[in-house]
Amino acid sequence: MIFNEVRSIFVYHKKLLYLCKRRITIPRFSIGIDIGSVGVKAVLFDGGIADAVLLPTGWSPKESALQALEKMFCGTGDVSRSSVPVVATGYGRKSVSSANKRVTEITCHARGVRWLAPLARTVLDIGGQDSKVILLGEDGSVEDFAMNDKCAAGTGRFLQMMAHVLDYDIGDFGAVDPWGEFQPISSMCAVFAETEVVGHLARGVDRESIVRGLLRSIASRSAAMLARIGMREPLFFSGGVSRSPSLARLIGREAGCEILTSDRSQFAGAIGAALIGWEDEERSGNHT
Amino acid sequence: METILEIVQYVRGHLNDGPPAIMKASGEGKKIVGTYCTYMPWELVDAAGAIAASLCAKSDKPIPAAEEHLPRNLCPLIKASYGHALKDTCPYFHFCDVVIAETTCDGKKKMYELMNLMKPVYTIQIPQRADRPEDFDHLKREFQGVRRYLEGIAGRPVTDEDIRRSIALRNRERMALRALWELSAFDDPPLSGLEVHYFTEYMHFHFDKESAIPWLEEQVRKIRSAWEGGERRGHGGKPRVLVTGCPAGGVVKVMEALENAGALVVCYENCGGQKELTWLVDEDRDPMDALAEKYLAIGCSVMSPNVRRMDALKYLAGRYRADGVVEILLTACHTYAVEAYGVRNLVQSLGKKYLLVETDYSESDREQLATRMDAFIEML
Repeated sequence: MIFNEVRSIFVYHKKLLYLCKRRITIPRFSIGIDIGSVGVKAVLFDGGIADAVLLPTGWSPKESALQALEKMFCGTGDVSRSSVPVVATGYGRKSVSSANKRVTEITCHARGVRWLAPLARTVLDIGGQDSKVILLGEDGSVEDFAMNDKCAAGTGRFLQMMAHVLDYDIGDFGAVDPWGEFQPISSMCAVFAETEVVGHLARGVDRESIVRGLLRSIASRSAAMLARIGMREPLFFSGGVSRSPSLARLIGREAGCEILTSDRSQFAGAIGAALIGWEDEERSGNHT
Repeated sequence: METILEIVQYVRGHLNDGPPAIMKASGEGKKIVGTYCTYMPWELVDAAGAIAASLCAKSDKPIPAAEEHLPRNLCPLIKASYGHALKDTCPYFHFCDVVIAETTCDGKKKMYELMNLMKPVYTIQIPQRADRPEDFDHLKREFQGVRRYLEGIAGRPVTDEDIRRSIALRNRERMALRALWELSAFDDPPLSGLEVHYFTEYMHFHFDKESAIPWLEEQVRKIRSAWEGGERRGHGGKPRVLVTGCPAGGVVKVMEALENAGALVVCYENCGGQKELTWLVDEDRDPMDALAEKYLAIGCSVMSPNVRRMDALKYLAGRYRADGVVEILLTACHTYAVEAYGVRNLVQSLGKKYLLVETDYSESDREQLATRMDAFIEML
């Protein structure tokens, strides 16, 4: 009996010693998770982006977030999970119960964009069901922001619906040549726009002109939102909708400036969240 | 040790004292005058021996009923006022003898015409400009009309002496409220913004001013001495926010979202807050002149230009050391919505952050409000 206890104490201490030694050399990680209305984006950060995943949010943001986190933890090797800070953002940030911190998507996008494109001074983010513009100070801090979250007008959901009505794959829809004949569309409300589009189709207007018309109205709406907040160049375009190259070009023309984007721009929020976790950890001196 | 909390709890427990009080007063044969707006000269009603009761306008429940008569894209305050009256769900409206209304915005003015079918509505014609002698003459003439109307209701003349007494009483209430609001100018103030709001509400619906005012003065003294004795409630170091824009009584959710996000509301510039109540009536002038001068100086967005509001914002933002300003816009309130552009520029020129939120009385945007407020506070 006594022998066993002594042995277990000994083993425990050896383990601790081992862990202490390891701690000096083990890599450090942080995880940022952005739960949007359409997609859950997660990033594993180790000073750079070690891993990233995009999952559909589905009906349960909580479940999808857990799945995404699980995938990220796979990349942390034998680092103990409790030592990896998790920062959650996005509309579903409150559903991640294991998060160490919750930060709004405004702050996270600003941080993420700062990392992706250090020169950017304004961010236009068009996501699944809302759009926002963020004005950045020279140090990358948020100076001002405006959100449109009242309705899905001009967002990813809107584009999906229109692509559906016009029988387009969403990728092809966003890549339709932006220049050429276009059919002006006056409604940005998803419901009214659908009626309008159906009307144009019935009159025999060709599909591409309608797509161009839709993209143009989103672009001019975005430009108005940018002008209201007092846009500063350069402008960074993020969010799922930024994957449409044609829309990016149209917005650039409407806003009269060049547009920065990145193949990781959809992850801007998650990257920002991971960076916040990373820097908090650095400040608190929890790492060695 | 928890003196302040006890007082706050008392206040919160007595926010619904209004309806029984008004029923009792009505039973005793007192005349009840229903009112909506800060332009209504409270002093004249009091001088006529009547009770001025603020009518209900803060709930989204009566809105569907109001939409049977009113267009949907109208401000929620107007729809709620009308819906409560229509469905008889406002005890103050139920017991009031007359309503004294005013021409501020177009929506209200036209709604009062319909309300007149339910209760006698006397409408004060408010000028739309405040800086010329003729604007002063205009409002004074209107107030003289109100005085005569109230004399008819009271069945006796309203003397200058009556009005002077009421002015002094109301000024005393204003000073007591100001002393309460001043507490928020401290570092680590004794009250949260929501708590301050409840105090203001409390005073709104305690009609016996002769007892309510000394009570308030006493509570402010107690809170102050508890604070000076070291009682702290964890408000230090929080970002300080000034709230402006449309009346905020129906959208307490905005202040809740702000304070849940970790901010402290230190000042309300809105109606019901400091807009009217923080400035006194001159007691040394002819009472009708003094009233006209005072009410003409209200910084309401129906005035064009509305210089007073900008001056007040500048003063209050400095006085209460606000880090940021949150402007509340009720859906479809055009005058405040247009004026917001100038307010934004003013606030930013003071080196402070500005956030505009458009909302209504529904609960549907609680989450979005929370995100905006969280982001705003992260920015401060």
